[in-house]
Amino acid sequence: MHISERANPNEAGVIPPDGSEWRPEAIREEVAALQHEPGALLPILHAIQNRIGYVPEGAVPIIADMLQQTRADVHGVISFYHHFRTRSAGSNVLEICRAEACQARGGRALERHVQEKLGVGYHQTTADNEFTLEPVYCLGNCACGPSIRVNNETIGRVTPQTFDQLADSLTTSVLQLK
Amino acid sequence: MTTTIYVPCDTTALSLGADRVAKQLQNLAELQGLDIHLVRNGSRGLFWLEPLVEVQTPYGRVAYGPVAPHQVEELVVAGLFEGSSEHPLYLGDIEQHAYLQRQQRLTFARIGITDPVCIEDYIAHGGFAGLKKAAALTPQRIVDEVKTSGLRGRGGAAFPAGIKWQTVLDEPHKQQKYVVCNADEGDSGTFADRLVMECDPYMLIEGMVIAGLAVGATLGFIYVRSEYLLSKKMLDEAIRRAEAHGYLGDNVCGNGRSFRLEVRLGAGAYICGEETSLLESLEGKRGLVRSKPPLPAIKGLFGQPTVVNNVLSLSAVPYIMAHGGKAYADYGMGRSLGTLPIQLAGNIKQGGLIELAFGVTLRKVLEDFGDGTFTGRPIKAVQVGGPLMAYMPEEQWDTPMDYEAFAKLGAGIGHGGVVVFDDTVDMGEQARFAMEFCAVESCGKCTPCRIGSVRGVEVIDRIRAGENRDSNLELLEDLCETMVDGSLCAMGGMTPFPVQSVMKHFPEDLMASPRPVEA
Repeated sequence: MHISERANPNEAGVIPPDGSEWRPEAIREEVAALQHEPGALLPILHAIQNRIGYVPEGAVPIIADMLQQTRADVHGVISFYHHFRTRSAGSNVLEICRAEACQARGGRALERHVQEKLGVGYHQTTADNEFTLEPVYCLGNCACGPSIRVNNETIGRVTPQTFDQLADSLTTSVLQLK
Repeated sequence: MTTTIYVPCDTTALSLGADRVAKQLQNLAELQGLDIHLVRNGSRGLFWLEPLVEVQTPYGRVAYGPVAPHQVEELVVAGLFEGSSEHPLYLGDIEQHAYLQRQQRLTFARIGITDPVCIEDYIAHGGFAGLKKAAALTPQRIVDEVKTSGLRGRGGAAFPAGIKWQTVLDEPHKQQKYVVCNADEGDSGTFADRLVMECDPYMLIEGMVIAGLAVGATLGFIYVRSEYLLSKKMLDEAIRRAEAHGYLGDNVCGNGRSFRLEVRLGAGAYICGEETSLLESLEGKRGLVRSKPPLPAIKGLFGQPTVVNNVLSLSAVPYIMAHGGKAYADYGMGRSLGTLPIQLAGNIKQGGLIELAFGVTLRKVLEDFGDGTFTGRPIKAVQVGGPLMAYMPEEQWDTPMDYEAFAKLGAGIGHGGVVVFDDTVDMGEQARFAMEFCAVESCGKCTPCRIGSVRGVEVIDRIRAGENRDSNLELLEDLCETMVDGSLCAMGGMTPFPVQSVMKHFPEDLMASPRPVEA
């Protein structure tokens, strides 16, 4: 998706992680820094997503050209891996563990609660752009479930109540930044 | 005098507030004018006690746990800094705890004791003794020692590690060979790889260097799943320090041989835990499973001979080299030798890492260590070995944990995860989830897995809705058989195992309508 097609960022009050729209130059820098490594594509995609917040579709031809691969190859890799996103996420990325050990501790009820509370399903972003909800299959915190991860921080033994507190605190702190 | 305080820094401790506990301890010590040395140690793997705070006293380390951030102040008032026993969370010397006393920790001997990235700590606790011995041996002697140990792949396939190493060693020299560590620990209910990487990363590094010396590889990759960012951080730092100390680099342990290591991140694909898919991913491609043969040992990463081993297999090697293969093989039973790191998880009161010789029964693990379910209700089913393994009903819990004994039941030990469910579980839903998970995570290369899993979900839904139940049950059986026999790898080939176990042991749940989930 081209940058112009993104949900109006100003209206939602979102600033992309690098403080600007992505520049082709940024993509070229990341590719150039890693392209001589063996099997460089995954490290490159990680670097781009870490810098911009997602892998823009406009990056595909640049990566393909520099790595001398086809666009189809690069697109194929991006779409294969759940971790890579092709559009910007909400202010907070919220991942809920859906795997068995968390199910055994009430994970299903928790995921239902979170979806109802936020009013979105998986792979969706809330209307106020605060949360993007993603499923995750195991965070390795299996003796203290159910677990969620918020912006790369894993939290154990989450109940609907503690989730509500967390969601409120995250929303509040974002408002304070404005 | 400086008081040393330990607050673990592994994912589980952090997920329960360990950072806030550490910060508060520092603040309160400052207020009291007390000089403390705060060590962020690894977790000892007694997860129901995390965050487990330890204080160094003249009589040894004294533990308190589980310490919630809001309890820190009252603990300090009760004399935590002096190691006082005047608080209900006082545990005394944690090493005397029955949970640890009953274990046989060979691989996990150091976790929770040391600061994970402190190389001096590692060496002081026996680290690099195995590598130093290996560096003085011929490659064949190293491989022989691993063969003697009887070590089998701990990732789940249980293939003898020594034979794999021999195959790579026997490939012509003067070509690039690789050692690849499979750290894509995706099975629900498992966290032993994570514990190694977060709490004792030098052990994995040491095991990989030994593997490199054994097979003539000069480069190693650790493929860490992207969910384990902390593991990558710990490993990166440990690799940097190991290089500075001459354990990695152009002159390993001064023996003139070269070995370098790099950590690579996966990107959220369960299938990349399958070794050929992992290799594709490392090469920068979609993680599609390769046909075997050729074996990765002959044509692996970038078409070169490659040892691919799980974190736990490689982490067992330093002990084997330091103490001899025979010492390791003295543990265990039958053809399952050495110790198995069992990971007790799910609905259990005392979950954690339990390293024991093979042969212990599942019931002993559940009763002696687990102490019942977290919810206090009876256990209904236990899934051992990850999402592709069978659900076991109570009549099977007396089976000894041994690869062959479990295989006889159509079950498996896999990577050693044990996930406990209480009697409120809807086993029909668990069977459906097995198929659903496969539909999400299938690489798509072979039809039985790609299409079979989607059809599996649909057929289970029809059975549960009461649509042509008998013929749909027959269809489900047939579908499972097709997936088992016709899939290219274990993903499609084993997804039916949990489904078949539900059909066999919990048919009443499968026939019943799905229970509503209350939010």
